Order: sequence, then structure tokens, then C-alpha cells
Amino acid sequence: MSNATQTAEVEIRDTRLKSILSFHGKASELQEYSRQLKKPDKDRCFTQCSDCAQMCAGTITNQVRGSAVVYHSPMGCFSNIPVQNDATRNAAKARGLEPFDVRSVCSNISEKDTIYGGLKKLRDAITLAYERFAPSCIFVQSSCAAGIVGDDIESVADEMAAELGIPIVPVFCEGFKSKAWSTGFDAGYHGILRKIVKKPEKRQSDLVNIFNFLGTDTFSPMLAKLGLRANYLVPLADLETLQTMSEAACSTEVCETLGTYITTVLEEEFGVPKVHAPSPYGIRWTDAWYREIARLTGKTDIVEQMIEEEHKRIEPELEELRAQLKGLRVYIYAGDSYAHNLGSLVSDLGVEIAGMTTLHHDMRVDGENAEHSTLQEMIDVAGDIEVTVCNKQPYEVLKQLRKVNPDFLIVRHMNMTILAGKLGIPSIFEGEINVSAGYDGLLLTGRRILDLLKAKRLLGTLAEYNEFPYTEWWLEQEADYL
Amino acid sequence: MSSIIQEAKFTCALGAQQTVLGIQGAVPVIHAGPGCSQRQFTYLANGSGYQGEGYAGGGQIPCTNASQTEVVFGGEKKLSTLLDSAFKVMKADLYVVMAGCTAGIVGDDVKQVASDHSSPAHPVVGVDTSGFRGNNYKGHNIVVEGIIDQLLEEAEPKVRRGLVNVFSVVPNQNPYWRGDLEEIKRILEGLGLEVNILFGYGSSGVSEWYDIPNAELNIVLSPWVGLGAAKLCQRRFGTPYLHWPVLPVGLKDTSEFLRKVAETLSLDPERTEKFILAEERRFKRYFVSLGDVFTDYAAYLPYDLYVIDDTAYGLGVARFCTRELGMIPQAFFVIDEPPQTAKDLVAENLTALDEAWKGKVLTEPDNAVIRGVIEQRIAARQTKSLILGSSWDKDLADETDNILIYHSAPVTDAAILNRTYVGYTGGLNLMQDIYTGVFDRHAVSNLTHGETSRERNTYRPAAGSNCN
Repeated sequence: MSNATQTAEVEIRDTRLKSILSFHGKASELQEYSRQLKKPDKDRCFTQCSDCAQMCAGTITNQVRGSAVVYHSPMGCFSNIPVQNDATRNAAKARGLEPFDVRSVCSNISEKDTIYGGLKKLRDAITLAYERFAPSCIFVQSSCAAGIVGDDIESVADEMAAELGIPIVPVFCEGFKSKAWSTGFDAGYHGILRKIVKKPEKRQSDLVNIFNFLGTDTFSPMLAKLGLRANYLVPLADLETLQTMSEAACSTEVCETLGTYITTVLEEEFGVPKVHAPSPYGIRWTDAWYREIARLTGKTDIVEQMIEEEHKRIEPELEELRAQLKGLRVYIYAGDSYAHNLGSLVSDLGVEIAGMTTLHHDMRVDGENAEHSTLQEMIDVAGDIEVTVCNKQPYEVLKQLRKVNPDFLIVRHMNMTILAGKLGIPSIFEGEINVSAGYDGLLLTGRRILDLLKAKRLLGTLAEYNEFPYTEWWLEQEADYL
Repeated sequence: MSSIIQEAKFTCALGAQQTVLGIQGAVPVIHAGPGCSQRQFTYLANGSGYQGEGYAGGGQIPCTNASQTEVVFGGEKKLSTLLDSAFKVMKADLYVVMAGCTAGIVGDDVKQVASDHSSPAHPVVGVDTSGFRGNNYKGHNIVVEGIIDQLLEEAEPKVRRGLVNVFSVVPNQNPYWRGDLEEIKRILEGLGLEVNILFGYGSSGVSEWYDIPNAELNIVLSPWVGLGAAKLCQRRFGTPYLHWPVLPVGLKDTSEFLRKVAETLSLDPERTEKFILAEERRFKRYFVSLGDVFTDYAAYLPYDLYVIDDTAYGLGVARFCTRELGMIPQAFFVIDEPPQTAKDLVAENLTALDEAWKGKVLTEPDNAVIRGVIEQRIAARQTKSLILGSSWDKDLADETDNILIYHSAPVTDAAILNRTYVGYTGGLNLMQDIYTGVFDRHAVSNLTHGETSRERNTYRPAAGSNCN
């Protein structure tokens, strides 16, 4: 992946990481396919609505403090914003920062623009965003319509960056381009790496880049135990923080699916070492993560004692939680690596994994070999569990849930908890994932599971009153998907 | 000319997937990029008072998730495969194929593909709702007219006396549409009519759509949305239509509407008046019972009125607030990008009701601009105001201590079920909420008693106290 940032667009995951959207079988089988980069299953002919790269790109670009975002799209692509505002405000408060809104405008591409091109409107939208928000930088999100019509967003962005004197960052996240919506993370990061991040002037030896979503400030106390500082990226950070991420001692992430691309480019092109350890979810993964960070920051002398103390500290409550959670079975339904994180987490709580659906699977990831995939790391701690890969597809997951009948789910994506709810099964909606990290995240997850079980009667009523739109024929089919 | 927008009050034409879902038993089949349907869900279901995915919405909607291949080589084949498998997997009385931007630009003929797959067992219609074609009000019209055009292509009308179809609000776009349609159906049934309300839980679903040609009258309750459908029915089935632009709220407008319907259909005047008078009596008694609040606090009530809404909802509620609640028109910001004729109609209608509306009906789809105008005006006038708006206006209302009633999308911090703000019931609900706001906003306690309601009674029972 050398000189990745030389091209305007990031290579999509479909080709770069050989991402797949369908698999049913043992985790070890999927790992073997991954090792061989061999596609395991055929595509579906029946598909329910998925999500697109633009959504993921928005999770990177929309909450940079002081920035503005221009959606170069029809109005539909822009319609996540109201809901994002509440999330942004709440997350800022949880991080201990002044709340702010997503500052965005939509160029509102119309029929005429698809015929004559929409670049004048794009210029107008950038100008309007500049005038209304006085932003430190402007992100420009492309869309299917702009992409197919062929609007040259890059040229306009460069012209206007020179004119306005601030970075204007094109983000090529057209939904149709990649079947893996997480390509949008890479698209957002790619723009930031190309147009914002500066070559390091110095090294900040105690600064650790944390690639995360909107999330609580849980990494500061975790890193403080080693005398290190958390540099949260990208949501809620300001322009200067983005510009200087290249000065950090190392980079890590809350989810490998999220951070794989940028941590690798930072390592290869900016000399910031990548933490080659799984994210800190569950005891064993947290131990490994601390050790690797300690190695990269010269803290090996203190890390073992710290880990030992932490284990002792959480042990009494952990034992209690394990006793209360004993016998419970969970189904995990989340993005690729984050599902593996959760697998690690629940297995350290002593909860049995009844099944797992990852929303896609990267057969390889940037900057790691197959032996160090989060999938393999999860198998190492959680065993060779049953795994399916599927980009949401409720018609398919419904059958898995009916078959497995778990006590509860942990679900990472909006609008997917309802599927279990309609079966009367409660879910932890894992919308905020920083809180589940580290030793305390383990305890918190245990407590949340116990609280969650209180929802059973309410959801029992929901299940009783619900009617699914699926045919008997389908529900009785042996096939996992069509 | 579509303008650049900061704070959106609508989504794109594909948002009409919620129109399809509003028809009980109908399932949309989206032929678009992979994220389009989810955006619509976010804005129009969760973002409009947490209306949820319901029976077949949200992540359950079949979609081609169009990729490079479909953009380069066309997506009709993939759509065909999807439809064939959708028949097997999903129970539906009607499938509506909806093209998004990718299919629209590439030029996939979704109407043809739909027609090729349609059968009595699995009726399919296809419409082009590409996002760039316009907003979801326009998308709603495209879907409704598309269904009438294609599903009822060979229908022979057998007119049933007393049967009416109602073309009115856009499902999900207004957070109260479910309760509103139930109220409209209730009051029309009160006249003895049989009502195809077409959308929502009070409708029998797709069977009502097959029944459309048999209506004696189509009622269009909106300045422009649904008018095309009524005209289409007139051409196709010879059904006359009553275009009543006022979505009625409160006693006067609701009774006028009902009398007009009764007159148009030559209904039995005695029965009509009996129903109306009973409704009016109930309404008046409730109204009078709030009279103590009106009189005790007459100097402290909100009179300045700001409406941010589409032409249908805005016209109805603006009329009620001026006509019966005596509010002073400040501005009605029209957000649905109506045709000029509809906008003129609304302005003329309101001005005819109250001269003070003259020049105060403004077209502006960007709530950020609207908010700025209201903010300035409130600052200049320094009077208690009522804002009929959305979650976009929450900060403004909080900061200026004015009353905000959620009356249009987006509503991201309230769960809405069967509440209605139309008809007799809606008028009462609206009054209830407006004048509760007087107490919530401390207007009364601040100004009348010289204390703030924030000074709470600090009594706490001693530890160990019990209630028996």
C-alpha cells in the first residue's frame, strides 16, 4: 500500500481487502478462507437494504470541531443529519467537551444538475458553508448522483481551497462504488491524510492516537496508567489535532475495521507505529494491547505490574458478575472486527456465544498478516464458534436467531435490535463503544447485560403483538439465504 | 430551482418508500444504491417521532443495493432477480418498485420490469423516484399516481353510493399523519360515508386501492399533494373530485369541510347536522372549560404565531390558530416546495381569513434561514410566541422561553403514536399542548406571581417513612 495517498480515491475494500458479504460456518473455516483469500459463498439473489460508504464516511468527517461538511448530493443522502446532531451533542458532553452541532449544507442536486453538471452548485454550497460557519476546513462528500454524472469535485475543492485559504477535503464515498460500506471509513480518512495531516515536526512520545467514533472519554484514564495521553480521532477533534496526528508515538483503534487503513498509512507514510495488537476489549485482549503500547512507548518496565494490579482490582466484581451471568447465551450482530471484539469481551465474562453475524468480512486487513486477524485472535480466546457474514439482511438473521434462541444480543447497528426484539429477545445496542473498552468496560458490559434482562416482559409483549412479513415457505427453507 | 439547504425539512423523492409502507400490505422494492433506503428510514421513521420500521420497513425493505456493475451495465436484470425472490420471501399484497438515483441516471426502465413481473398473485408497479427528481412530497405523488395508473389499469368503475377516497397527507413526513388520518376517517364516517382512507392503520390496505375506481367522490385535502391523483381518477374512471385545500383543524373549519362534503354528495342534511352538532357541542364544552386559563392569564398567553410547515398542515393549523385561538400572524414558512399556484392559493386563503396574513406566507425550505428570521422577529417584538416547528427549533424556543409545538419533521426527541392535530379532536389536542406550554415555559408563574416555578418545594420524607 505504498504511496496510498497519491491517488484521489482510496482503493475500495472489495478489491483491496477482498471483503465478502456472505458466509455461514465455523469461525476457523472463515479464517482458512481468509488465509487463502478465497471467496467462500455465492452472492445473494434476495437482498434487503444495506447501507453505503457515505454513511461511514460521515462518521469520520461530520463531527470535526470547527469544520463544515458539504454534501454534494440530492436531499436524500443528507437526511441522517438531524439524528446525528443529537448524537454529536451527547457525545461531546460525554467526552467532557463543549457540545456542538454537525455543521453541514447540501447542494441539493436536481435533475438539471445531473444533465448539465452540478459544479456551480457545489461552488455555491462551499461558499455558503464558508460564510455561514467560518469553518477551519470543509469536507465535501460525494454521492452516487455526483459520481455517475462525473462532477470533478477534486478540481473545485482545490480551486476553492486556494481561494478561501482553508483545507477543502473531497471525500469519494459514492454508495454504488463499494459493496462494503466500511470503505467509507477509508474514504474519509484518505481525504484527511491527503489534505490535512502534516508531516511531523516533532514526536510527542506520550501521545497515543485513538481512532474511534463519537465516544466517551474512557481511554484517557486507561492510558494514564502508563503515563500516556489519548489523542481521540477523528470525531470531536479539531483541525489542529488532525494536522498533528502524525506526531503521535503510536496509533490504535477501537475497532480494526474502523482503523485499519489510517493506522497503516500513518505507519507507512508518516512514521507513526501501528499498535499490532487487538483492540482492548476483554481481559486478555486488553493485556495484549497494553503490552504492545508499552513496547512502543518505552513503558515495558511498568506495564506488567499495572496489568497485575488491574486484574486484582476488578476481580471481586468480575467474579460476582460471572456468577450472575453464568448460563446465559449471547448472539453477536456487529461490524466485522467489532463483532470479534465483542466475542473476546463476552467470553471473558463467561457468557456463551450462541452465534455471531458480522456485517461483512475483510479477508485481509491493511498492515497485518492473516495470522494476526481479529478473527483468529477471537478464536484463540472464544473458541471455534459459529459465524455468519451478512450485510444486515434481517430475513436471513431472523432464521439464525430462531434456530439459536439466545438469551440476549449485542448489536452494533441502529435498526437491527428490533429484529431480536420482535422475537422477544433483548439486545444491548452497542452504539457507544468506548465504554466497553478496557478492564472497566468488561465490568460495565456485565452490568449492562444484567440490566438488559429486565426488558424481557416488555419485549415479550412486542413479540406477541408482532407479525413478520416473511413467508412460511422461506422460514421453513433449509437454505441460510437466497 | 432547488436551493442549497442547511437544515432539511424533507428528504428526496425516494422518501416515498414510506408512502408505500403506509399502505397496509404493500412492500417497496428499492432499486438504488445500498444506503438510500436507510437514509429515508432515518429521516422519516426515527427522525419523525420514532415511527419505527413497523411491519416491513427499515432494514427489511428489499433492495438491489446497486453497485458498479449495475451502474455500468444497467440494473434491470438484478432487479428482475430481486423481484422473483421477493415474491418467495416476503408476503405482500402489492410490490412497488422504486428507482433511486443510480437507476434513474443509468435509465433502467423500472416500470417495464415491474409490468413484466406483475401478476394477479403478485401485483407489481414501478415508479421513478430518483432523488434528484425532487423532494418526497413529489415522490409521494409519483407513487400514488403510479399505483393508480398501473395497478388499476384495467379497472372498470362500479360506483358505490357514499364511498369516498381521501387523498391527503404524506405518510411519515408529518409525524402525526397516522392519528390525523384516523380522525379524518372518523369524521367522514360520522356523515355516514364509507371511506377509503388508503393509508395507515385505519385502512384495510391494498384492497382499498383496488376499490378506488368505485368511489362516488375523491376528496383532496391538501393544496397540491394528491391533486394529480384525483385528476387522474377523473380522467380514468370519471370520478369527480372535491379539492378542499384546508386540512381542517378545530370546530369551524372542520364543520365547514363536512358541510361541503355533505353538500357535494347531497347527503341527508338532517343526519349531517346531527353529527356536526354533536361534535360541535363536545368541542365547545371542552373549549369553554379552558376558559379559566384564557381569562386568568389573558395577558400572558402566547399570541404571536410562527408556523413552519408544509402547505397542507400549515394552512390548516394557521387558520385554526388565527380564527379560533385569536393568534397574531407573524409568519408561515412554507417548506414543501409547492407549485406557485398552490403557494398563491395558501396565501390568498389566509389573507381572506385575516388581512394580517398578507405578505406573511413565505417559501423557504431551509430551516436555518427560517430560524434566523424568527429569532430576529422575536427579539424585536419581545412578546410571547407560539412556534409550530420541529426539533430544529428547540434551541430557539428554549433560549427565548417560547412555546414550541412539534408540528413537522424532523422530530428526534419525542415518541409519537396516535396523536392527531386535525379535525375536532386535533383542535382540542393542540389547545391542550399550547396552553400546557404556558405553564412549562413559566410564563404564568413568572409574570403573575413574581416567582419562578424553578423554586421547588424541597420537602423530602424522612428516611424510613412509609405510605400505607
